[in-house]
Amino acid sequence: MTVLAVSNLAKRYRRGGKPFAAVDDVSFEIGPAETLALAGPSGSGKSTIARLVLRLTEPDAGRIDFESTDFLALSGAALRARRARLQMVFQDPLAAFNPRATVARVLDDPLRIHNIAPRAERRHRIAALLERVGLDAGLAARAIHEISGGQRQRVAIARAIATRPSLIVLDEAVSALDVSVRGQILELLLDLQRQERIAYLFISHDLGVIRAVAHRVVILDAGRVAESGDARAVIANPQSAIGKALVEATPRLTRNRP
Amino acid sequence: MSRLRRFFRTPEAIAGALILALLAAMALAAPLLFPGDPQAIAGPALLPPFQDWSLPLGTDRLGRDVLAELFHGARTSLAVGLAAAAAALLIGSVVGTLAGFAGGLIDEVLMRITDAFQTVPSFLLALAFVSIVGPSLGVVVAAIALGAWTGPARVARAEVLSIRERDYVAGARVIGMHPLEIAFREVLPNALPPVLALSSVIVAAAILTEAALSFLGLGDPNRVTWGGMIAEGRTVLRTAPFLSIVPGVALVLTVLGVYLVGEGVVESTAVRRSLS
Repeated sequence: MTVLAVSNLAKRYRRGGKPFAAVDDVSFEIGPAETLALAGPSGSGKSTIARLVLRLTEPDAGRIDFESTDFLALSGAALRARRARLQMVFQDPLAAFNPRATVARVLDDPLRIHNIAPRAERRHRIAALLERVGLDAGLAARAIHEISGGQRQRVAIARAIATRPSLIVLDEAVSALDVSVRGQILELLLDLQRQERIAYLFISHDLGVIRAVAHRVVILDAGRVAESGDARAVIANPQSAIGKALVEATPRLTRNRP
Repeated sequence: MSRLRRFFRTPEAIAGALILALLAAMALAAPLLFPGDPQAIAGPALLPPFQDWSLPLGTDRLGRDVLAELFHGARTSLAVGLAAAAAALLIGSVVGTLAGFAGGLIDEVLMRITDAFQTVPSFLLALAFVSIVGPSLGVVVAAIALGAWTGPARVARAEVLSIRERDYVAGARVIGMHPLEIAFREVLPNALPPVLALSSVIVAAAILTEAALSFLGLGDPNRVTWGGMIAEGRTVLRTAPFLSIVPGVALVLTVLGVYLVGEGVVESTAVRRSLS
């Protein structure tokens, strides 16, 4: 059983008048409570795949099956309702929120839109969500721009889990955070995965982080799958040229290599 | 608090705010200081200013108190200017947001309509509209707004085009928010600052357009307006020039005050933007 199955996905853009393939014939699957990492250099199509999977951009070809239904066939209200099960956390926790929003409003929106809790009950739900991601419930009244980057990313995670999704796309979700905060956020993500059985599509260029959290990895190069497999095995012994280059570029990993 | 202080740092902003405060005080005090009908006869006709201290600014051709007319005219000018500008900003930002956010065919249609309105001179449009529908305060407001909403629409659309690519708009889609809610709750409030920066120009233009319409006899006949006063005074311009000069000066000061305040607001927000 799979949560998400992507097959033969393709997306072409025009750059300087010439068409180029941002994503070219990419296929992968993610099981329940599994973390699949997408790795690759800038411009390898990682973020485009995230946008395609979330239906923020429409693919040119391919198929996306989410929870065993054709996700690309959905539109309008049916698509919006389905989005409750498929959430995302963005790289820049400041850009991901309306600059005028408060923490409470950010968390209230998904609860209201998907009718998860009646108005009177939502305040308690918001407090519970904040506590679930390790934040003080009193933070609800604060404006988004008043809290720290690490707190913001926790709020983003709280928003993502508010609708009880089966899959969360994490697009470079820890890349903008400093090292100590990054560790805590990764810890929180692993804990949520264990408790709620959420699958992650974990997009990162950092093989160190990927080795720490991902079960499997897909390495992309110029929109194509270069290699894929068990995360530790691939990182310990990359077969593709781009995989070797990525491992070389991560000093800590080179030193540890046998 | 610090925003207010920054606003009042420039002498232009202080002067503008003083003029507008005076104007607002005049408009609010008009029914208290001059409780009767300002269009009623109050004394001998064509009394020059500063002769009779019960009628400090004299009387017009029909013996009406010029000072009372001036105060009541401030009400009309302010009401029409603010209402027309508010209507223009509202229509403009809604049209601009829909066009920019929806894109495609909706964008094309809305922007061609905007083009069509923009190619017709706004004063002729107002003139034609009032001539057809008939002069009343609401019609004058609608006529002025009709010619003034295109500027805000274009600015709003340009701003929305840049905002709709931001992560938080994608985030709103991801949580399943309805596109109309995204457009008007997430995008529009953040696109407003540059649109609101246009408001001083629009208010000033609306006050002038209202005066021009009244001057041509297309204002609300039941209300005193500065434009109407200037038109009244025109027939006796040689013998009693003060009848045109007094409302004319009031008009110039008002428009100047609105401009200066607008300038001050833009200045103070510009500083804030460059600092942040």
